[in-house]
Amino acid sequence: MKRMLQVCARVLAALTLGATLALVSAQAQENGDGNGGNGNGAYDPLEGFNRAMFAVNEGIDQVALKPAAQAYEAVVPLPARVGVANFYDNIWDVNRSGNAFLQGKPREGLTGLARLLINSTIGIFGLFDVASELELEEGDEDFGQTLAVWGVPDGPYLFLPFVGPSNPRDLAGWGVDQATYPLWAHVEDRPALRNSLVVLGAVRGRAALLPADTVISDASFDKYTYIRSAALQRRAAQIRD
Amino acid sequence: MILSMKRWFWPLLTLFCSVAQAAPVQPPDELVRAVTENVLTAVRTDKDIQNGNSQKTLALVNTKVLPAFNFERMTGLALGRDWNKATPAQKKQLAELFRDLLVRTYSNALSQYRDQTVRYKPFAMKAGDTDALVRTEIIKPGSRAIQLDYSLGLESKGWKIYDVVVAGVSLVTNYRDTFREEVSKGGIDGLIKSLSDKIKKLDEKRK
Repeated sequence: MKRMLQVCARVLAALTLGATLALVSAQAQENGDGNGGNGNGAYDPLEGFNRAMFAVNEGIDQVALKPAAQAYEAVVPLPARVGVANFYDNIWDVNRSGNAFLQGKPREGLTGLARLLINSTIGIFGLFDVASELELEEGDEDFGQTLAVWGVPDGPYLFLPFVGPSNPRDLAGWGVDQATYPLWAHVEDRPALRNSLVVLGAVRGRAALLPADTVISDASFDKYTYIRSAALQRRAAQIRD
Repeated sequence: MILSMKRWFWPLLTLFCSVAQAAPVQPPDELVRAVTENVLTAVRTDKDIQNGNSQKTLALVNTKVLPAFNFERMTGLALGRDWNKATPAQKKQLAELFRDLLVRTYSNALSQYRDQTVRYKPFAMKAGDTDALVRTEIIKPGSRAIQLDYSLGLESKGWKIYDVVVAGVSLVTNYRDTFREEVSKGGIDGLIKSLSDKIKKLDEKRK
């Protein structure tokens, strides 16, 4: 019960943060020239702030996250890395499935539940993704998309360290997803374990992006603009499906 | 003689036309499949390509991949409104530079596709269609499948790819903001210059 209340409190906190940001950005929009002032297709009125945060993120990545991800790739053998990725992913099926139901996609929601059931048992706590072998496809829903389906507008582009490309709506959604991710709630009373799991999760997430690094730096004239375009397109496609 | 010519003219013309028509236009899904399989086979079997030999990789891309693309159309899409500001000569130059940039960017990544497989999704097309979308999925052990879609248009020389969309992100329109910025700074010539500078930089990096 206490845990439920804590989760509710964090969900509320995330939504409040999102609402505040939406208000602030709505004001920024009124003061600005309507298209973010950069003359581009992307709505990015906070570009100065975003670029600063982007630089901070790149700095953290260069000195900490990327080296850690490279070490992880070098030291941990592939089957173990796959197991780790599957373990985190399996628990995300709870959130994906819940969000699928909230978006009125019962079929995808049920598939998610079936995946969770199969992978947590036959797949040994999610280490093996047996469900995908059975052609139960992994969904791709999050609370930001749910809010979009419910008609909440995205607001201006927002780049934040650790979170990456976002906007007020998706940031609130991200907060809700993190607050309701069962793994975090499960290890709440064991801070050392929780912190290790958070770091491992971040490192494995970064490791998955390593192959894209060269392509992005080769392809882009201005990395910030290139990533912004890609993030906006990607998000639009996720919401559309 | 003249009489016999006359007699043979129409049947021959009809025959000729029907042969020309029957000359197989490779359907879009088969074209995508052929290009993909050619590349995957080379990447899986050729040790030099696996070890990142850029000469050999470029040769593979030039012979097996480039003929399937329409770079002028891709460049037009990437530039959006600004495309009409370019003269025919500039258009030609831009298309060549954009092609070189994409080839350098993505051929470098080819060696990473060794342990991946491609799933071709069901493809349907109506007779008379001049635009088609071929959907595929890249499957890599231990990670989520990535959607990879190709847009193709029918031209006099057959179907040509004019856009590649990875997980909802178009590799072509992703350049729109960048190109617009370059054009607003230095016009079409400015964009041509920054494209050639970028390609020069990538070539120096490879050496």
